Formats: sequence, C-alpha cells, structure tokens
Amino acid sequence: MKKNSLDKEVLLSRFSRLNLRMDGEELTEQETALYDRQIRVWGANAQRRLTKSHILVSGIKGTVAEFCKNIVLAGVGSVTLMDDSLVNEEALNANFLIPPDENAYKGKTVAEICCDSLKDFNPMVLVSVEKGDLSARSTEFFEKFDVVVIGYGSLATKKAVNEKCRKLSKRVAFYTVDCRDSCGEIFVDLQDYKYTKKKLEEKVECELNFPSFQEAVSVPWKPIPRRTAKLYFAMRVIEVFEENEGRKHGECSLLDLPTVLEIKKKLCEANSVSESLIPDSLLERLITGTIEFPPACAIVGGILAQEVIKAVSGKGEPLKNFFYYDAQDGKGVMEDISNSFTS
Amino acid sequence: MDQQQQQSAIQGAKVLMVGAGGIGCELLKTLALSGFHDIHIIDMDTIEVSNLNRQFLFRRSHVGQSKAKVARDAVLRFRPHINIRSYHANVKNPEFDVDFFKQFDVVLNGLDNLDARRHVNRLCLAADVPLVESGTTGFLGQVTVHVKGKTECYECQTKPTPKTYPVCTITSTPTKFVHCIVWAKELLFAKLFGDKNQDNDLNVRANKAASASKETEDVFERAEDEDIEQYSRKIYDHVFGYNIEAALSNEETWKNRRRPRPIYSKDVLPESLTQKNGSTQNCSAASDDDSATVSAMPLLGLKNPQELWGLTQNSLVFIEALKLFFAKRKKEIGHLTFDKDDQLAVEFVTAAANIRAESFGIPLHSLFEAKGIAGNIVHAVATTNAIVAGLIVIEAIKVLKKDADKYRMTYCLEHPSRKMLLMPVEPFEPNPSCYVCSKTPLVLEINTQKSKLRDLVDKIVKAKLGMNLPLIMHGASLLYEVGDDLDDIMVANYNANLEKSLSELPSPVINGSILTVEDLQQELSCKINVKHREEFDEEKEPEGMVLSGWTQSPATNGESASTSNNESAVDVTESSSGPEIASKKRKLSETQPENHKRETENVESEDDDDLVEIENPMTVSKKKRVA
Repeated sequence: MKKNSLDKEVLLSRFSRLNLRMDGEELTEQETALYDRQIRVWGANAQRRLTKSHILVSGIKGTVAEFCKNIVLAGVGSVTLMDDSLVNEEALNANFLIPPDENAYKGKTVAEICCDSLKDFNPMVLVSVEKGDLSARSTEFFEKFDVVVIGYGSLATKKAVNEKCRKLSKRVAFYTVDCRDSCGEIFVDLQDYKYTKKKLEEKVECELNFPSFQEAVSVPWKPIPRRTAKLYFAMRVIEVFEENEGRKHGECSLLDLPTVLEIKKKLCEANSVSESLIPDSLLERLITGTIEFPPACAIVGGILAQEVIKAVSGKGEPLKNFFYYDAQDGKGVMEDISNSFTS
Repeated sequence: MDQQQQQSAIQGAKVLMVGAGGIGCELLKTLALSGFHDIHIIDMDTIEVSNLNRQFLFRRSHVGQSKAKVARDAVLRFRPHINIRSYHANVKNPEFDVDFFKQFDVVLNGLDNLDARRHVNRLCLAADVPLVESGTTGFLGQVTVHVKGKTECYECQTKPTPKTYPVCTITSTPTKFVHCIVWAKELLFAKLFGDKNQDNDLNVRANKAASASKETEDVFERAEDEDIEQYSRKIYDHVFGYNIEAALSNEETWKNRRRPRPIYSKDVLPESLTQKNGSTQNCSAASDDDSATVSAMPLLGLKNPQELWGLTQNSLVFIEALKLFFAKRKKEIGHLTFDKDDQLAVEFVTAAANIRAESFGIPLHSLFEAKGIAGNIVHAVATTNAIVAGLIVIEAIKVLKKDADKYRMTYCLEHPSRKMLLMPVEPFEPNPSCYVCSKTPLVLEINTQKSKLRDLVDKIVKAKLGMNLPLIMHGASLLYEVGDDLDDIMVANYNANLEKSLSELPSPVINGSILTVEDLQQELSCKINVKHREEFDEEKEPEGMVLSGWTQSPATNGESASTSNNESAVDVTESSSGPEIASKKRKLSETQPENHKRETENVESEDDDDLVEIENPMTVSKKKRVA
C-alpha cells in the first residue's frame, strides 16, 4: 500500500531511522545488486526466504544439473548434493557441470565434480556433498532441509524418503524428477500448504492438500480421467519394471520391451482398464531412450526449479501434483492425481 | 532411424545465434549439449553485474567484457571440440548482410528489442533462412518459428512499439507515476544536465498571453558563482512551485481534474537541514570524483532502495543530488543522458518524480520501483530463459529436418491454462497483407503542403517501418538515400530535400502519389500511397500523419496481439528506450494471458490427437493453418 500524505511522511522518516525490519535481516547490498532482476519478479521478501533455504538433491544427471544451476543462481541458502556414482563418459551427456577432462574427473564422484562447478555460479550459495545412500538415512537427517529432490530414484527410495519427510513436524517439500528420452515427469508433495496468490490486484490466501507419493502412485486407474497424460501410467509401468528387475534408471534396452509390456498388461488387468490406455510406442521410447535429451533437461529442470522457488518463498500457486513434458507433442501439462477420483 | 536422421541434421547444421544474454547463454549451452558444433553468435553488449543472476556463463570477473566472447569461452570449456565464432558487434551492422545470413541453416534470436528483431526478420526473409524467435519476461515466455512462404514472418502480426504519452499529459496533467518519471527524466533531467540545444517542453505557458521564456532561461542557467544550495532551491521552487501555480491559473484544464498543489522548498525543508548535509558546499571546486560512486543517499542516511520516502526525504534527495551533480560532476553537465546505472541520476529522477507525484496526488514509489520504470528494466529469471532455450532447440531441430508439420509456436505460461504450462500452437500462414513478407502497399495520410520530407523519413520510414538505411523514390526520381558512396553534391541535394515540404520536392509528392521506400541491407521494398489531408487531431494524431494498411492481420482481427513493454511473451519486445513523450497515444493492447484465455476457449483436443487446435474466435476467417 502506498501512503503519501504529509502527516505520515514524518512517521516514515522516523521509522527508517529506527531500522524497523520485517522478515529477518535485510538483503545485503551485494545481494540486492546481484538479484535485482529477479527481485523485480518475486519481491524482496521472497528473495530473503530463498537465501535462508536448504535444498537436498539426490541423483544428478542432465535434468538435475539444470535444476541445480537454476536454484544456485536464484540464491538459495545451501544445496547438498548426493550422488556417489563415479564420473564416466556417459555422465558427461547433457551435464554441462562436468568438464570433459578425464584427468580432472577420474576417481571423483558426480556430486563432487558438480559441487565445484556449481559453487562458481554463485559464491553466496553453500554447495556441499553428502556421501552415502539416501534411503539409508534416518528421518532426522531430512529435518535439516526445507526441500528434498530425488532425481531418477527407485520406487522404493521415493516412497521411503517421502514417508520420512511426512513424519517430521517441520514441513519438508518433496519432489521427484525423472527424464527419459525426450520426456519428463515431476512429482510434487507439499503436504498441507498455505500460500498467497494474486487475484485481481489483491492478495488471496489459499490452501492445498497434497497426497503422499505412495498415495499418488497407487491411485486406481479406472476413475482417472481419460485425457490424463499417458506418461503418468507409462512411468508407473517403468517403476514396477525397474523394481522387479532390480534396475537403476536407464539400465534397460529394447530387449526388455517384452517384459515391460507384460507388466503393462498385468497392471491394466488389475486396474480393469484397456491396454490401449498406454501406447506401446511410448513405453518403447522410455526404455530405449536411455540418454536424456538436453533441451528436455533444460525445460524440465527449469519447471522444477520454478516450483521449488515458489514453495520456498510461499508465493505463487504451486503445481499440483504431477508435471509431464513430452517433446514429441510439445506439451507441458499439470495433472492432479489423488484418491479423490474414487470418492 | 529417426534418431540418426536427427543427429545427422544437427551435425551438419550451421547455426547463427543473435544475442548472448539471458536467453543466449542458456541457448548456447543447450545447443552445445545437443550436438551442434558450428555456431556463430552475435552480441554487441558487455557484461554487467545485474546479468549474473541468470547469464550463468559469466562471472563477476567478466564484468565489462564482451558477452559473445565470454559465452563462447565458457561453453568451449565443457565442449572443447565444437566451433563457435563470436562477434562483438551490432547485428544491424552492414557486415551482416544477406550473404552473411545465407550461410546459415537456421537463425535463432535471443534479443531484447523490437528494432533488432524486425531487422533480423527482414534479413532472414531476404536470405530465405528460417528464423526461430523467442522472448521472456519474468515467468512468461514464447518461442515462434518463421519460415518464408510457409508461416507468418515475425512482422505479419503487428508488434506494439514502446508506449508513448501525449506531451500535455507529461507537462501538465499527469495521472500516473510513470508520467512523473517521464517528466523527471525527459524534461527536468534533460533540461538541467542534457544538451542545451535540445528542444524541451518543460515550461507550461500559463495563459496564451504569458511569455515566461525570458525568465526561465535565467532560472535554469546557473551563474558562475551562484551558490549551489541556492540554485538547487531555486530550481525546486520553480518546477514544483511556480510552474504549478502557473498551470493552476488556467481554469479550463482543471475543471474536471484534481488540482495539483504547489510545493515550495521553504515549507518542506528548513534552511538548516540542507546546509548540514552540504558537504558539497565547501568542495564545489573539487575534482570530479569517480562518477560511479557519487551518491546522495548515503549522505542522507538512506540505505534501502526499496524504502518508500516521504516528501521531506524526497526533497532532501532532490536538493542533495542536484548539488552533487554541480559539485562533483560539473564537466558532464550539458552532455548527460539518463542512464539507469547512473546511481545519482536515478536518485535525482526518483526524487523529482516523487515530489511531482505528491503535488498531483499520485502515490509515491521507492527508488527501486522508480529505477525499474525509468530504466525500463526487464524483470528476469534464469528458469524461464532455460525453458525457452530448450524449446528453441527443439524447434531448430524440426526446422533442420524440414519437419514442417511439426513446427509449433510454444507459449510458456505462469499459470496452467487447460492444464498446460507449455502450450504448443500451430503457426499461421503468412499474412497476405503484411508489407514485409507480402507486397501490400501502405497508405499514408499526410499534409503534403506542410509536412517535410524529414518528417516522413524520421517518423514513418525509420520509426514505423523500421528501416535503417532508407532509400525513397518517387517514380524515377530519387528523393533521398543514405550511403557511404554518395558524393557531396548528392548529399547536399538530399539534405535540401529533407527540408522541403512534400509538395515542393523536385518531383512533387501530392495526393495520389506513390512512393517506393527501400532498405537495401534488409532487402525490403514497400510502396506507399500518399493521400493528402489538411487537418490532424493534435491529441490523437500528434505526429500529423497516419500510416495504415499494415495492421490488418486476420490472425488478430486488426488488434495487436499483445501487451506492454519489454521481452514479454506474445510478441512485444521493446526495452531500448523506455516510455517516451508523445508521438501517438497508444491503445493498451490485450494482455497475453487474457489473449490466450480467449484463444483457448475454443480448444478441442480429440482423444487420440494430441495437437491443440486453436481457433481465434475473432477471426472472420480465411486464416489457414499450415497444413
């Protein structure tokens, strides 16, 4: 609200002298200069909250590299990276954080190399590496963070970590992201979330209730609207395939197609839906397109970063609860999938 | 296999990128990762601190260096074996002619101004090279594909040019804060610190009879030994006190408007207050300090640019800033233009605009907000640029594969529209009445006896038609041209022509005349049918001429497709000079999200068909889809 009457200007000048602040410390002069253009998008309060946020990221390939770049530039408080896989040539694909110098990366983990590159983008952000297995971590481990992002995780890991996050009294925002071929999926769980949004020049308080990961991937298929993105169903088939066969993300080929189609058949039968719900061609793409498509990484990594920024700042309507991108049709859609369909 | 075809198309491609800024950095990175290995990139800018929040190829140590060059070096670090050629130059330079453009398989724009976009559009048409255009503002973004003969060119749908305001709104009857900014920037700042020979509308004549010109000449001119403090207060009182009173004396103006109140420095600032801060008083003869660091705010204990100042503080800043200009930057006075990165200039303009706003009952703004308006700053984040870059590469690949059916315009929305955050739309066919890619003549209504050739060249040929190096012919007679190879006699002849009214030209231009205007570099040629008209409405048609025949586009039913300023989605993109004083008062176009709401109301997506069909409900319709 802009006040400008003569009586109040004396008060205003007195206030400024008393240095009455609102939301914690002011941004430093350096921060204000660096973040000027984005402060003009989301405001200084949102920026302040960003600078205090702590993000955990597990599983780094092209899309997650993009995501990390974006949030580091945005000026989050800290980014903790978890990925103990060793850097090899394959890791170089679509990941611009890894310089292609074998002497430099030999023996190092993906997280370690990416950490060094990311620090460079914004020295004000604390970027560090956490070693070990994410699914072996205790519930208390996650309390340190405001946001947890699992990239390319297994079904079991995604479920377990989401459950732990939900157990904490502090609300930890939970995201999963997966990119295969030129497709991508993002899942969002903000539990019970209050936020402000602009409606016709006014600020409105809103609330959303997000289903857990477990619930969101177990929703019966039959009541789900016909026009829902096929990728939702296709990804569930792939999840089951990888769990059954003990495969990691991308550890598959055309040879696995018969197995995958068998799983699709079983799932469709169990859900009493026609197999035509999921095109075979889509499944084929997802298991043969093991390397990520860099433009899709940029797109999905960008959308994911925007969501995390919104959740941390509490400003703007968040995606609920899935996002799908497919370069083949060029659409980026939000799907709201929960048990509410059955009621 | 499709993958192989795609890879070979990418590997064989020679790509031109125009712009190495927000979109450019993301684009160069994604192109390199996607397997492109022959990339040329043009950008005339150097790196600034405010770029670093999103132009991630740059570091603080690079500030001041060429964007194109540093971007190239950064990308080579993770893809050392690709070929990147950088040009630190303006894309409008003659070296980037049609032959230059012809060597590329596709051109990718990451620009921030309409002018350059139009220029590149024309060169791509002339060279018959596909163009992928893009733009972002905050969370909004879009990518469009332009292939000659197949789709619309970039100019088939009119793009609104920067918002301008009528002179009287700025000089006498402001109602919005932006009017006060324009006044402070284009009038007051220019009058005090800019070129003295420039015309300036600053003084409002009280009644037609009053002639204050002699007096005001004295007011703004500062005598050699005139005390800076006194001078500053004199200026303050003149523009915020006397000028307002003079305006008030004209009853007609205020019949239906809120009357402004005059403000005098003695009522707001007791003498002692400003003299205490007058550290400049004693250093008036001091050397010019590093102009980048001279600032009024710290001297007044003001630290937070987001803070809202009251009348007293604004007045203090006004006086102090004025004093500092004279004390520390005397040499620059008479040559300054407003620069958003000039802290003292921003402080002065903010304070001046706020005091004026106070006078007219308009809400005040913080320095941060004022700077954004005065500097026409585009708000920008990394994520939207990254998303748009991904979309550009996807379209570029389709273009290289000549997959015409798959070309899409893609809109990146802030809020989902029918569940979509990324919305692909089929491109439209070329607009048959586009004067750039089709050959439709334009119509110009003008007073052929009063308007000079110079007016035609400046306001129509350069400003509206976007031609840089124009050539104007009437039949066989060459009325005007620009070029390095002209001899002195020709130049003198053309200069003489500029000063003549149209009907007095060696080949008289009168009602019914047809002019041909060309830009050889852009290889663009248009015909203009001239219609003589005696009178023009001063308010609605302040330029005294009206160009038509170029706005009709079936896709938008004659209305401009979009919104305000800067690199916003759907078409508008102008940030070079910001809001200006009147030429023509522009209609506020529809905003982009609304536009899409309307368009998508008719979307029908069949079960098995993923394509979004969009039919503009306003279209009468001969508009055909690119099949």
